[in-house]
Amino acid sequence: MLYREAGQFKTSYDADQQIFPIVQDRVFVIAVVLAAFLVVPLFASQYLYTEILIPFLILSLAAVGLNILVGYCGQVSLGTGGFMAVGAYAAYNLWLRVPEVNNLVVVFLFGGVMSAAVGILFGIPSLRIKGFYLAVATLASQFFLDWLFARVKWLTNYTPSGSVAVGETSVFGWKIDTPVERYLFVLAFVVVATLVAKNLVRGHIGRSWMAIRDMDIAAEIIGFRPLRTKLSAFAVSSFFIGIAGAMWAFLRLGAWEPLAFDINRSFQLLFMVIIGGLGSLLGSFLGAAFIILVPIVLNQLPGWLGIKMSVALIGHLEFMVFGAMIVFFLIVEPHGLARLWAVAKEKLRLWPFPH
Amino acid sequence: MRLGKAALLGAVAVAAGFVATASTTTTAWAQNEQYLAGLIYRTGAYAPNGIPFANGIADYYALINARDGGINGVKLNYEECDTAYATDRGVECYERLKNKGPTGTAYVAPLSTGITFALTEKAPIDKIPIISMGYGRSESRDGSVFQWNFPLLGTYWSAADIIMQHIAKKEGGFDKLKGKKIVLVYHDSPYGKEPIALLEERAKMHGFSFTPMPVTHPGVEQKATWLQIRQNRPDYVLLWGWGVMNSTSIKEAAAVGFPRDKMYGVWWSGAEPDVRPAEGGAKGYNAAMLQHGAGQFAVHNDLKKYLYDKGLGSAKWDETGEVLYIRGLINGMLGVESIRKAQTKFGNKPLTGEQVRWGIENLEISAARIKELGFEGVLQPMKVSCSDHEGTRAGRIQQWDGTKWTVISEWYESDDKVIKPMVEAAAKKYAEEKKLPIRDCSKEN
Repeated sequence: MLYREAGQFKTSYDADQQIFPIVQDRVFVIAVVLAAFLVVPLFASQYLYTEILIPFLILSLAAVGLNILVGYCGQVSLGTGGFMAVGAYAAYNLWLRVPEVNNLVVVFLFGGVMSAAVGILFGIPSLRIKGFYLAVATLASQFFLDWLFARVKWLTNYTPSGSVAVGETSVFGWKIDTPVERYLFVLAFVVVATLVAKNLVRGHIGRSWMAIRDMDIAAEIIGFRPLRTKLSAFAVSSFFIGIAGAMWAFLRLGAWEPLAFDINRSFQLLFMVIIGGLGSLLGSFLGAAFIILVPIVLNQLPGWLGIKMSVALIGHLEFMVFGAMIVFFLIVEPHGLARLWAVAKEKLRLWPFPH
Repeated sequence: MRLGKAALLGAVAVAAGFVATASTTTTAWAQNEQYLAGLIYRTGAYAPNGIPFANGIADYYALINARDGGINGVKLNYEECDTAYATDRGVECYERLKNKGPTGTAYVAPLSTGITFALTEKAPIDKIPIISMGYGRSESRDGSVFQWNFPLLGTYWSAADIIMQHIAKKEGGFDKLKGKKIVLVYHDSPYGKEPIALLEERAKMHGFSFTPMPVTHPGVEQKATWLQIRQNRPDYVLLWGWGVMNSTSIKEAAAVGFPRDKMYGVWWSGAEPDVRPAEGGAKGYNAAMLQHGAGQFAVHNDLKKYLYDKGLGSAKWDETGEVLYIRGLINGMLGVESIRKAQTKFGNKPLTGEQVRWGIENLEISAARIKELGFEGVLQPMKVSCSDHEGTRAGRIQQWDGTKWTVISEWYESDDKVIKPMVEAAAKKYAEEKKLPIRDCSKEN
């Protein structure tokens, strides 16, 4: 009843090519973004910022990056954690060694560019190896990068323990130290990056990625160059992942060690993309929300309900329930949470008179 | 479509959960209670070591409440949060608990080097002191830079130095170490890397060769490392492991025939769960103790009377004599004594982290007080000050005889002539990198 596009006529190409051609969608998304910028700071507590919203946004961005590679271009990658680490350490070294550039935007973009360069390097084998074999090759990149940051002392500024820390950070002279400032900065970065990603995937570049994903030989025959297409997917994906890594290090952790970007991070992001929905930007956000928030909610649920339990029991229950939920969602909707969202919209269209 | 409906309903239910997260629940707090947050781990790969420690802390607080009715009438309200030894989870726990109670948590003991590093960045902003007893950044002992960190009872550098002194003594003096080969098998994380700087310094001073050998988390795969050790035939092996890595190392040492009495573990590698799985293979294995040891002490009489006889203890009675349980007890005791000290200045009421920080920095525990507290035989007298956040640097070496730990050395004190310049240099570098102000300790107190 409310969600129906009947009567919305597109009279120009511009109107037809909008990101959200349906008015209700457009209004809804703009309202969500505005609420995130204006309403959330009115009531949010520090815990909500630092432990829920900021991690959710940063890992969503990383999931968007990974989704470009895995979901849109069909190249399975297990090296996401390593690429995040490249972004983080590149940003750290720029911040440390060139103190004149104390501007997080520049620092993060540098992290992204370095990560993109490394991504291209490790993407080269994708031309010859495919599927599971490529996954193994990217796994090698994860281990190599882990090793690099643990062993090359210069990258961690010769700290005895290999753990590095960042101090004061600012953007164009605006010091970012309170949680609300961090949140707004991350939010702005993620919104802009998502907009860029959306326009990439619906333009000719994104279509070339999808052509390669669906059948690379056919794509080659109709004129897409596989090398350029695959490497551009690796580059763009690693760029976003690198920025996310730099933000994770600077704005979430503050002090970190290579362990923060180990193989578990790669798996975590891959699960986000799979559970959220391959080939869907919305899915990246839903998947990140699911993977980050559900364990936290499960962990605190007994407390809210007033049930006294030992923390060990809560910890074990959390694992079991979370695992069961993943299995449940993958069985009932193998295409991910984004597909559920689409189903909900379909139903809403017919509501309240389904045939 | 039934499955689809179920999925939709499931998604709605999960979303409702998120909304619940967003709406912060307000709880009424008893106004005369000191809130204490506990970051511990009873789950995850390191749970066998985490559980006894957590039990020790919980029991000491419970004892204070049951026996004394709190600290000068201020009851302790202790809440645990399980970190599973993961840094991000630990930070989440900290953020969740730090502002609870009338004044927020009095202090935090992260029980993980990784979490300690992360919280070190947050402590000055939140004004909550960190007691990292025997772990964390070694240079954080310098209170002029690390105002909020208290690595009480020794750092990794102190521990490594004590082990080296013991080895030197066995060999007949530091000059006899020339040409010897010493290997460090370490957990490849900030924790394991901490002693390397000190050992390299000692190697330079005395001319022995030093080789660090990393083992990746969680440390169940060490065949290559021990093969290398068999080829190199080092004179001594130092072990900086945690959890399952320790018992694996000891088993591998037995397999390649490296003498266990030439192996020295740090205190994280010197508890019962580390040696028991290796069974007979662990006999003769040594570990550095920073103050604590195994056994029953005077404080156990009270524990039995007020907690265990009433069924209120969190461990089994036999486990209360174990190394990590006692370490938990000591951690609880130092926290309680710090709060008590802070109360002398700020009054007998729940105190903020900032007030308790003053209490820790001015903490002094004399031999008489140690006896009064029931910790005689466990602890050396200690005194914390602005320039020395460690309190005491004394330690002993213990040996596993197959069934229990026995102390095999007298007290050593780590050599400040070696460590202090290193601490100062590292702290200064940290302060410069972070552009932190440096306190002038001569003007304090």
